[in-house]
Amino acid sequence: MDQQPFTYRKLFTSTFFLSAFTFGGGYVIVPLMRKKFVEQLQWIDEEEMMDMVAISQSAPGAMAVNTSIMTGYRLAGIKGVLVSVTGTVLPPLLILSLISYFYIAFRENAVIGAVMKGMQAGVAAVIVDVVINMGQNVVKEKDILSDLLMIAVFLITYLLEVNVAVMIAFAAIIGVVRFYYEKRKAA
Amino acid sequence: MSGFLALLWSFFQVGLFSFGGGYAALMLIKEQVVTIHHWLSMTQFTDIITISQMTPGPIAINSATFVGIQVKGLPGALIATLGCILPSCIIVILLAYLYDKYKELPILKAILSGLRPAVVALIATAGMAMLMTAFYGSEAIVPKSWLSIDWIAVFLFGGSILALRKWRLDPIIVMIASGIIGAVLYLL
Repeated sequence: MDQQPFTYRKLFTSTFFLSAFTFGGGYVIVPLMRKKFVEQLQWIDEEEMMDMVAISQSAPGAMAVNTSIMTGYRLAGIKGVLVSVTGTVLPPLLILSLISYFYIAFRENAVIGAVMKGMQAGVAAVIVDVVINMGQNVVKEKDILSDLLMIAVFLITYLLEVNVAVMIAFAAIIGVVRFYYEKRKAA
Repeated sequence: MSGFLALLWSFFQVGLFSFGGGYAALMLIKEQVVTIHHWLSMTQFTDIITISQMTPGPIAINSATFVGIQVKGLPGALIATLGCILPSCIIVILLAYLYDKYKELPILKAILSGLRPAVVALIATAGMAMLMTAFYGSEAIVPKSWLSIDWIAVFLFGGSILALRKWRLDPIIVMIASGIIGAVLYLL
């Protein structure tokens, strides 16, 4: 697939639909955004996308909103931010407005419950698919330290449930230490 | 304080202090909405969390909308949501600007080189939690019983992986299909 030309309408519909299908919140939006903006539209390259995710994570607030601001700004400045944030916020705003008027009926609806349950497995598959793609890119760099860091951070956050902000800081420090170590070795 | 201003300020604080994702925001929202302002009862708050897990979107925006409507109707929902995303907008735009300007700096490159593998790992962690929830109904690392696996979910997951990796279908189509096929199988 070739790179698609940038339009505000496309930015809005992309963020709107991404947000409408982000169940579970947080990191779920990242694989979807990557698929859309890196693979399908090709507006952003792989490495830049990961930088943007890392930066979004270091700011407060919802991950989906932050990555959307970051993407909007990168593609079209402040105007891009307005478009992408509106696209991201509208689906939950509309859905929750609707639900809050008759939420007990919604909660107990068997069909809605079953659809949601079925979607869970699909969402998990989307994330696993993207983790495989992103992991392959890291491994391709043939940098042992990066590979070890990736595995260590996964084990620590998954098994020990260490705070994400702590892990981000830890990974940043590893990056800086390596930078100075390699600089000294080269000198 | 008038209702609108209180909503704006409360959710501004939620947006400003929630580092580390949805679950971190949870406690902040509870404090503002249940403890300080009594906008919701604890039962309503629990319901909002349940609904948030079933609907798309960040938990902070979902609760801002819900609380806003309870307090001041649809305009209240808009104001609360605005308050919630305002801190993000200011801080992230600043960071995006700095990244744009300084991304060639060696030290920033060094930091980002450490963050990239970590980001993959964090997404993998979220993926595992989702997978455990789909297969065993809770995100616990070790399920109560390995045999209690939900075979319909395993089937849906396998089919979705095949559709994504082999047939390269659009993720949104895969998720909708998984929801519809899943609903049929679960309700049979």
